[in-house]
Amino acid sequence: MFKRHESKDISGCAVVGIMNEKGKTMRGDVITNAIAVMHERSNGLGGGFAAYGIYPEFKDYYAFHIMFEDEGVKDEVETFLQDNMVLVKSEAIPVRKKMSLMNTPILWRYFLEVPKSKIPSGFSEEDFVVSVVMRINIRFNGAFVFSSGKNMGIFKGLGYPEDVSRFFRLEEYEGYLWTAHGRFPTNTPGWWGGAHPFGLLDWAVVHNGEISSYGINKRYLEMFGYECTLMTDTEVIVYMLDLLLRKHNLPQDIALTALAPPFWKEIDEMDKNKKEAMTALRMVYGSALLNGPFSIIISSSNSMIGMTDRIMLRPMVVARKQDTVYMSSEESAIREVCQDPDEVWSPQGGEPVYARLEEKA
Amino acid sequence: MKIDAKGLNYRELNERIHDAVSKGVDEIDLVNVLGQRYIGTGLDREVTLNIYGTPGSDLGAFMDGPKINVFGSGQDDIGNTMNSGSIVIHGDAGNVVGLSMRTGKIFVKGSVGYRAGIHMKAYQDQCPVMVVGGKAGDFLGEYMAGGKLILLGIFKKEKDQVAGRYIATGMHGGVIYIRGGVNKNQVGRDVAVEEVTDEEKAEIRGEIEEFCRHFGITRIDDIMASPFVRLSPKSSRPYGKLYAY
Repeated sequence: MFKRHESKDISGCAVVGIMNEKGKTMRGDVITNAIAVMHERSNGLGGGFAAYGIYPEFKDYYAFHIMFEDEGVKDEVETFLQDNMVLVKSEAIPVRKKMSLMNTPILWRYFLEVPKSKIPSGFSEEDFVVSVVMRINIRFNGAFVFSSGKNMGIFKGLGYPEDVSRFFRLEEYEGYLWTAHGRFPTNTPGWWGGAHPFGLLDWAVVHNGEISSYGINKRYLEMFGYECTLMTDTEVIVYMLDLLLRKHNLPQDIALTALAPPFWKEIDEMDKNKKEAMTALRMVYGSALLNGPFSIIISSSNSMIGMTDRIMLRPMVVARKQDTVYMSSEESAIREVCQDPDEVWSPQGGEPVYARLEEKA
Repeated sequence: MKIDAKGLNYRELNERIHDAVSKGVDEIDLVNVLGQRYIGTGLDREVTLNIYGTPGSDLGAFMDGPKINVFGSGQDDIGNTMNSGSIVIHGDAGNVVGLSMRTGKIFVKGSVGYRAGIHMKAYQDQCPVMVVGGKAGDFLGEYMAGGKLILLGIFKKEKDQVAGRYIATGMHGGVIYIRGGVNKNQVGRDVAVEEVTDEEKAEIRGEIEEFCRHFGITRIDDIMASPFVRLSPKSSRPYGKLYAY
């Protein structure tokens, strides 16, 4: 599971996201067909999916997907989980037994509840869950929590995304929001935990590119108790969003602007109020700025957001067909699953595009 | 001749195209194209490829002579370092269209993404031409070294600007014509922006007529009646002294 691959190739990854804003579900094979069109953008060293709305019968429990190197560490983590949370259900994540992917770990899922008595004062329930995830990832060698949200799940592994999808039998799941990633690792090892999406609570991120500011971002996050353990830069985006949105309560558009703010040259040309606001944002959240080329899709239970770096060093195409919004590295992937979109466009660099779940009346 | 590209891997599709061309076929209709890369790459004859669907990235890369018509939109890196021939896109094109193209022509009816015409180049009488009917993203003509880039802004939303930020950054050769105009703060340093005179308009009319012919546009006089600006480098080495302090 943790075997490192030392070779370094240069190419792009692939990202896709599909969301029905009315909450209508679709099977996992839809997004699998889309990401498979971009096969050449990955090299078989990582593929993965995030799916929302897939555990309706357990929607009030935190669904932890954990990968283990061996039974020993699994036992240790399970003891730890039972000490800290209430275990409602525990089962193997269903996989196609006849398929084998490289270095497959033990893949298990747990539906968990947080006992009020366990939450230290001044902590929210979600803070507590985050601390449990961090403690498992740091303390238990050979165990990684790769999904920890409610009514959602991340499925990922070492292989092409379409193979990973078949392996996890994703055609058997129904979700209203799916994101997918095909990986072509360039600077960090290809391994199970390093595949995308990266998730924390119900946030998940798929990312094409590289974060040159990783060191700065990582050190900033460490000040707030986030530990980067997965050897892949994308991890910082997830923790940064958790920090800015959940802990600091920033509105979505402000948080995203902190990640990809306007250039100083543009700020100089703004009117007084906006100039002051943007200057303050860049001063306060200077260490949150993501530098380097990226194209990302950020998902949560009620939204999907696509964004590229400020000068579009990685591509992003967006389309809409009635209530369904598509985001992709390449237009062909969208056309594979939606022949006749109402609208297709490419957003500006650094400009977030939103799809939002409609509030149920 | 017709090739159904449905479900074909890009290698298989390109092998079939190359086979057909080597057997003397002059025109191929490619149907159900979806994301296959490198179509037209390495072809060195004046064959015609009519593409129905969404061809993948690097369409026409390094090609030398073919005429490619795309009845749909293209993706990224169209015409990468192409040597001659033409690419006509009836929809939009992605980022980095015409990168380093050496000769030949690219016509895009709709809009282009970021960095269209990056490092286009020219040599003696060889001069690449790109005409775009919609709008262009940031870094239009970045590091442009030669050739002619014409941006018309006809097919774009009213509210959209015809071109984005950082136009012609690092430009040191060639010329960009933009119908309408641009703000000074959109343009890179050391680039001259001048009104186009009627005589000079006459010189680019031929290319715009060709664009209109491809897409069945008849209002050429209206298009030509609008003001145009010309962007050209103030020197051939704008950054020659950048590191010489």
